[in-house]
Amino acid sequence: MNVKKILALALAALMVLAMAACGGNNNGGNTSTPASNGGNNASEPGTTGEPTIADEFSVQIGPNPETLDPALNSAVDGGNMLVTLFETLLIIDENLEVKPGQAESYTVSEDGLTWTFTMRDGLKWSDGTDLNAKDFEYTFKRLADVNLAAPYGETVVGMVDGYQDAIGNPDKDGNMTTEPDIEKLNVKASDDGKTLTVILSYPCPYFDKLVAFGTMSPVQKATVEANGDAWATTPATYVCNGPYMISEWTPSERIVVKKNPNYSGGWDSSRIVTDTINFLLLEDSSASFAAYNSGTAVMIKDVPTEEIPSLTKVEDGGDFYVDTILGTYYLSMNLNKAPFNDVNVRKALNLAIDRDYIANVIMQGTYSPAYNFVGPGVSDASGMFFDNAKSANGGKTYISEDYEENKKLAQEALAAAGYPNGEGFPTITYSTNDAGYHVAVAEYLQSAYKEVLGITMNIDRVEWASFTPMRRAGDYEMSRNGWVMDYNDASNMIELLYSTNGNNDGKYNSASFDAAIDSSRCADQGDHFKFLHNAEKIMMEDYACIPVAYYNDFWLQSPSLKGSWHSPYGYWFFQYAYVEE
Amino acid sequence: MGKYIVKRIAMGILSVFIVATLTFFLMNLVPGGPFVAEKSISKAAQEALEAKFGLDKPLLQRYTTYMTDFLHGDMGFSLRQRGRTVSDIIFSKFPVSARLAGIAVVVALCVGIPLGCISAYNRGKLADNFIIVLGTCGIAIPSFISSVLLLYTFGSWLKILPTMGLNDAVSYIMPVTALAIYPTAYITRLMRSSLLDVMGQDYIRTAKAKGLSSFMILFKHALRNALLPVIAYVGPMLASLMTGSFVVEKIFTIPGLGREFVSSITNRDYTMIMGTTIILAALVIAANVIVDILYKIIDPRIKLK
Repeated sequence: MNVKKILALALAALMVLAMAACGGNNNGGNTSTPASNGGNNASEPGTTGEPTIADEFSVQIGPNPETLDPALNSAVDGGNMLVTLFETLLIIDENLEVKPGQAESYTVSEDGLTWTFTMRDGLKWSDGTDLNAKDFEYTFKRLADVNLAAPYGETVVGMVDGYQDAIGNPDKDGNMTTEPDIEKLNVKASDDGKTLTVILSYPCPYFDKLVAFGTMSPVQKATVEANGDAWATTPATYVCNGPYMISEWTPSERIVVKKNPNYSGGWDSSRIVTDTINFLLLEDSSASFAAYNSGTAVMIKDVPTEEIPSLTKVEDGGDFYVDTILGTYYLSMNLNKAPFNDVNVRKALNLAIDRDYIANVIMQGTYSPAYNFVGPGVSDASGMFFDNAKSANGGKTYISEDYEENKKLAQEALAAAGYPNGEGFPTITYSTNDAGYHVAVAEYLQSAYKEVLGITMNIDRVEWASFTPMRRAGDYEMSRNGWVMDYNDASNMIELLYSTNGNNDGKYNSASFDAAIDSSRCADQGDHFKFLHNAEKIMMEDYACIPVAYYNDFWLQSPSLKGSWHSPYGYWFFQYAYVEE
Repeated sequence: MGKYIVKRIAMGILSVFIVATLTFFLMNLVPGGPFVAEKSISKAAQEALEAKFGLDKPLLQRYTTYMTDFLHGDMGFSLRQRGRTVSDIIFSKFPVSARLAGIAVVVALCVGIPLGCISAYNRGKLADNFIIVLGTCGIAIPSFISSVLLLYTFGSWLKILPTMGLNDAVSYIMPVTALAIYPTAYITRLMRSSLLDVMGQDYIRTAKAKGLSSFMILFKHALRNALLPVIAYVGPMLASLMTGSFVVEKIFTIPGLGREFVSSITNRDYTMIMGTTIILAALVIAANVIVDILYKIIDPRIKLK
């Protein structure tokens, strides 16, 4: 009797399971195209006339962006969406060259202060209305609006004449002596909307690259004024001008973009062939990995670190890519506090660590060891900044790659500072947030400093939202730091140590370094880079911070995805991408 | 009974108010702020942002402003997801979480109660031991393990279930399973022990003595009383599942409320913290009130005061 009942129940359970499985099979069969989004895709796979190129594909490049307003975005995943949805005056192509975008050409005056952009004819917004230089004038001025508080406002238009008046002139107590007035920003479109003239207050030799930065993407005055901040939250009001436009945005699930029929600009329209791209807003690396393995996504950025050892690199015929991006993982020391105010102590802490081990073992080769502050991928007046720095330094990096030698030098430096074998050295605290490899790196530092220098280091794990303000306030001894560059000019990295820079967390303050930076702000490209090299040499010889590793992006990409490329800015460009069926 | 319900609801509203007040002051005590980013913004921009969202006002004034606005149905704008209002975010995500939780609760009850009965009915036998082992596993295995296990098995390896979203019926299978495992196991154990307890009572012995079949005894006399603790558990379970499961939502990419709840705190998105906390508190309290009323219906011996 009992056995029968159990059997009956078990049978019932089996039936339910079988039904579920059938449902799964049927559906799995129907949804062989990625992402089954409620009838969005009108054409049935297999019935299209051109079987070679798929109508759509799905990729994962990050979680839900907090904002897609170009002026408000400060995240790399938001920036990646912007390069797909918008086009700036100039664009950076797959060879990292600055190319005409919405502007067909531009000229720079001899003093480097007057930049004149000539617009292409027949430019349109995604809603079909006309776009011209006046839209860019509005965009640039909007970036200077204090009430908008664009995080990158100062970075991109801070050097434009009249910027200080645009944001208001504070006295030394921080009280405003003049009202902010964005009309003071010296950006002027001609009456016919054909040209845009930007006057700078000091030369900015990389202004062409800044103009190509996603923050400078044009926004349409009509939609912004009609909808306020909410304009950038729904496809209906999200007016853009790039190769693709948003057709659907389910926050935390997906952003669907479609080919923009009104697009004209610097990208070759004949090469924009895919109709629809799904950006899957996956937050969990296991979820991304499953989406990739199940064929839902053809490219994923979030690869579970525990899977890395089992993946095959693309050089070896696999689908796992590692590529450099413009950024450095470094450690800040609080130079206002003893013992870090002693250059010998900083030298010892700098040289006692094995960068190769950190990057290739602890970080599983997803980073590269950093012996200079500015890493590879950053361009110079000619060639690459990193290579030129190395050849000017006798073919060597500022920190030697010879770890055994470094260890000896570190021990000598610590002895010279008055702490032979670490005797009498205070216990120091290293602060870090808990993400990625941060804690593993911290634990390595702890053991290396103990072993090589005889120093005791405590690890203080700080929650992310408290971490940055704490570091900025100088309320730490040593801490993890890192910077991914916004534009491809070494100044963006080196200026982090400028005495008044908001991100100078170590409070490094060197007159000669600041002077070199000041001199680098000149019109001449050659001088610009010469002084930046000087500045890097000064800060490296001062051991102002501890470069540890250069950032890389690593991702999985199916061989079926073609035409896309990864740029050292940390973006994937999908304008020309397609999937062969 | 009517009077009791009114009283409970009034108490409930008071509790929500206290929770809201405590949350408001506590979240402002935590270091960090909503406008913190790796990239520092200028002081003027920081101040402009604070003025825009009223964060430059004294705490007490902000509190009264918030509460007045809230009573007028205005939960304000999210400080981080610029341009989106808190109510938009919550009410676009709540139905997703509620649907998922509703299904998970039904599954947990439909599976947990029979399993508990079988287990109690066969006390000490093979079936009982088997169910106890299963139940222990269900309680011990955290949802991030079971979710990933499901995802890798059915999504990556067998490729029979969609790995993300809730776009069709089959896509509910994995997240519902992952969500329901723990409550199912819990209900099974609860049901088993409560049924065993009831089966030892005098009136069951009387029923047996009268010659009723064990089937009749179980369903007609024992089950009704044994269900009481399960019903008490359903309230909080439903509320906790409805406010979403952070882990399950993250792994299966479900745009639900759970993630908003967690990320609002890490982001110091004050208005979102308030909105999600108040909703959560209201749900828990409402669920408890409903359970108390259900209790009374099932067991007339319980006096409501």
